Amino acid sequence: MTDLLAARAQMAMSLAFHILFAMVGMAMPLLMVLAERRFLRHGDRLDRTLAQRWARGTAIMFAVGAVSGTALSFELGLLWPNFMAFAGPIVGMPFSLEGFAFFLEAIFLGIYLYGWERVSPRAHLFAGVGVLLSGVASAAFVLCANAWMNTPVGFTLAADGTLVDVDPYTAMFNPAALTEVLHMTMAAFAAVGFAVAGIHAFMLLRRPGDPFHRRALGLALAVGSVFACLQPLSGDLAAKHVAAHQPVKLAAMEGHWQTARDVPLQLGGWPDETTEETRYALEIPYGLSFLAFGDIHAEVRGLKDFPPEDRPPVAVVHIAFQIMVACGAAMMAVAAVAGYLRLRGRDLAAPWFLRLLVASAPLGVIAVEAGWTVTEVGRQPWIIQGVLRTKDAVTPMPHLVVPFATFTLLYLVLGITVVMLLTRKVFTAEDPA
Amino acid sequence: MTPELAIASVMLAALVIYTLSAGADFGGGAWLVFASGPRADDQRDLVDDAIGPIWEANHVWLILVVVLLFVCFPVAFAAISTALHIPLTLMLIGVVLRGSAFAFAHAYAHAEHHDPAPRRWARVFAIASLITPVTLGITLGALSTGLDLDPLTQRVRTDFVSEWLAPFPFAVGLFALCLFAFLAAVYLADEARQDPELSDMFRRRALLSASLVAATALLTFLAAPPRLQAGLADSAWAMGLHLTTGLAAIAAIVLLLRRRLRAARLAAMLQVGLIVVGWALAQYPHLVYPHLTIAATAAPRSVLVPVLVALGLGALVLIPALVYLFVVFKARTQRA
Repeated sequence: MTDLLAARAQMAMSLAFHILFAMVGMAMPLLMVLAERRFLRHGDRLDRTLAQRWARGTAIMFAVGAVSGTALSFELGLLWPNFMAFAGPIVGMPFSLEGFAFFLEAIFLGIYLYGWERVSPRAHLFAGVGVLLSGVASAAFVLCANAWMNTPVGFTLAADGTLVDVDPYTAMFNPAALTEVLHMTMAAFAAVGFAVAGIHAFMLLRRPGDPFHRRALGLALAVGSVFACLQPLSGDLAAKHVAAHQPVKLAAMEGHWQTARDVPLQLGGWPDETTEETRYALEIPYGLSFLAFGDIHAEVRGLKDFPPEDRPPVAVVHIAFQIMVACGAAMMAVAAVAGYLRLRGRDLAAPWFLRLLVASAPLGVIAVEAGWTVTEVGRQPWIIQGVLRTKDAVTPMPHLVVPFATFTLLYLVLGITVVMLLTRKVFTAEDPA
Repeated sequence: MTPELAIASVMLAALVIYTLSAGADFGGGAWLVFASGPRADDQRDLVDDAIGPIWEANHVWLILVVVLLFVCFPVAFAAISTALHIPLTLMLIGVVLRGSAFAFAHAYAHAEHHDPAPRRWARVFAIASLITPVTLGITLGALSTGLDLDPLTQRVRTDFVSEWLAPFPFAVGLFALCLFAFLAAVYLADEARQDPELSDMFRRRALLSASLVAATALLTFLAAPPRLQAGLADSAWAMGLHLTTGLAAIAAIVLLLRRRLRAARLAAMLQVGLIVVGWALAQYPHLVYPHLTIAATAAPRSVLVPVLVALGLGALVLIPALVYLFVVFKARTQRA
């Protein structure tokens, strides 16, 4: 394993791990606040128990998210010092603001988790809303910084390579920022809603009719379904944006080689990078031209327009994109079924539907991980699109496989422990709170 | 005051607050390595209650320092994280394990006694709390001994080891650990006042660690490069500052002996805060000796001024929230 590959692997692993916990930290407060507000309105103890049980799980997830996020802010420098020396000042604004948002999130979470008996019910609910808002803000700022790596603006390079005219606001509100923020925050609520609904569906299969898990299932599924159904809108915005700003990434996502008009959408298939063609794909005529530019005759640039050393690994990006879209579509279908059952006044706890929900539980998480693979691998070989190559950003430190292996082992142990703890102390717990 | 100096001052303030808050959280965890005897469980519960609601907020001061470093002094950040890759990685492992293990151990709130898992994670928490301050001190110590810079590329010249694998950084590491343990013992003695026996246990530990602080401080001074020794001893501001630090230290010990725990807490905070300020002033004007000064590594003014504005606005929201957090959880502990 080369040092560059080890550095990329460590970064990818750390991000993939952190994202799971960051999503939970952002989305669970919405579920807890909804349950607690119901309790304050109707006085049903079950809702309070639900908020407290969810809070107990969130406490574990948030702690691991906080420390793995800290690790990431250091890893940016430990692995990519030349990237940070260049980009630090330009994307400093969203990172500084993220610091404050995360600070508020930690403060409100401390009050929320430990303050049930110490502050008034109203103040407690307010703290929950504070966790929710600062969590979303914190994610939005980080996404602005990532978006800048895709569409770097807000600076000029002098002839000698030094930075001049840095404008932190232009950099923060870069062209990709809005679509990335919308697409990922909505993804987090959809993914967490489905995962939580799936867990409670599993418990309902074991304990049919349990009122606690029924209430939990209803709330989580409602949140997951709403965001799963809205998500294609933000996805469409994101795709049109990539088509306009990162044509080579779009071409890799679609496995599209030859620049042409009237381009079909290719579903599935295998992009072969030696013969430069995508085989076995199901083609929908005019699909890509329409989806990318809103015009069935639009010209879409193909991978052959770009020199091979400027192309991302096509197969990885194409397959990851297919997985993301397929998971998203499946979640929408499940959400539609749930909506139908509810409109018809049918029982959401029918065993066949519970089994479907259990099967759908990981879909959102898979979609998020696949989506990040698309955006990060799709930007390669650049760490900052068109400005700095990943291989020029890596640290000169040798033997990077050692920290990669160490962090992988560490996160593996933490991941297994979290799953065990959640299973024993949160999902299957018998005590009321 | 130039904007880069203003930002460096904010970073120093954040580092002081981090030391006084998160430092004590680490120290509290480190004392649990030695929790034994019939009251071991009570010691664990005391530390748990003391740091449970606040450690995550305290931890964010470190993130603030790192973010300001890479945003406002990017060349210094790149040099530090390249040359000190190994101690920083060790520190990160400690940070990750400390936080996770605390949350894990806490999740077994009503632990079943036959289950070894919560004990095991409490042990990981304690050991990580013991090791992380040492690695933090090693890193800060290495910044004082210095990093070499290629004048052409502005990149650090390093063999990744010799900068930190030396007596002085390790002396600073031990000193940091003793300092954190001292702070924690003073705080815990104060916070356990409703239980005189437990409070006295930590009062005695505070006195013990005060002598360890003095011993490791001497060790650090002896291991320091001559330039630093001179900087710590000779410059105009140094004598006054060290005199005040020393007086605060003596006051803390006398107040501990006379069981004036609240006042001892304030004296200890003053002492530790002044030590961090003293270190920073000895570094000045360098972030990293000898090439990376505050002025030379600062980002363009068009970056620094908006960051300062953001810091000001952020503080307006943050400080009331932080005060509220401490009032909710600390004021009650101390009334009880």
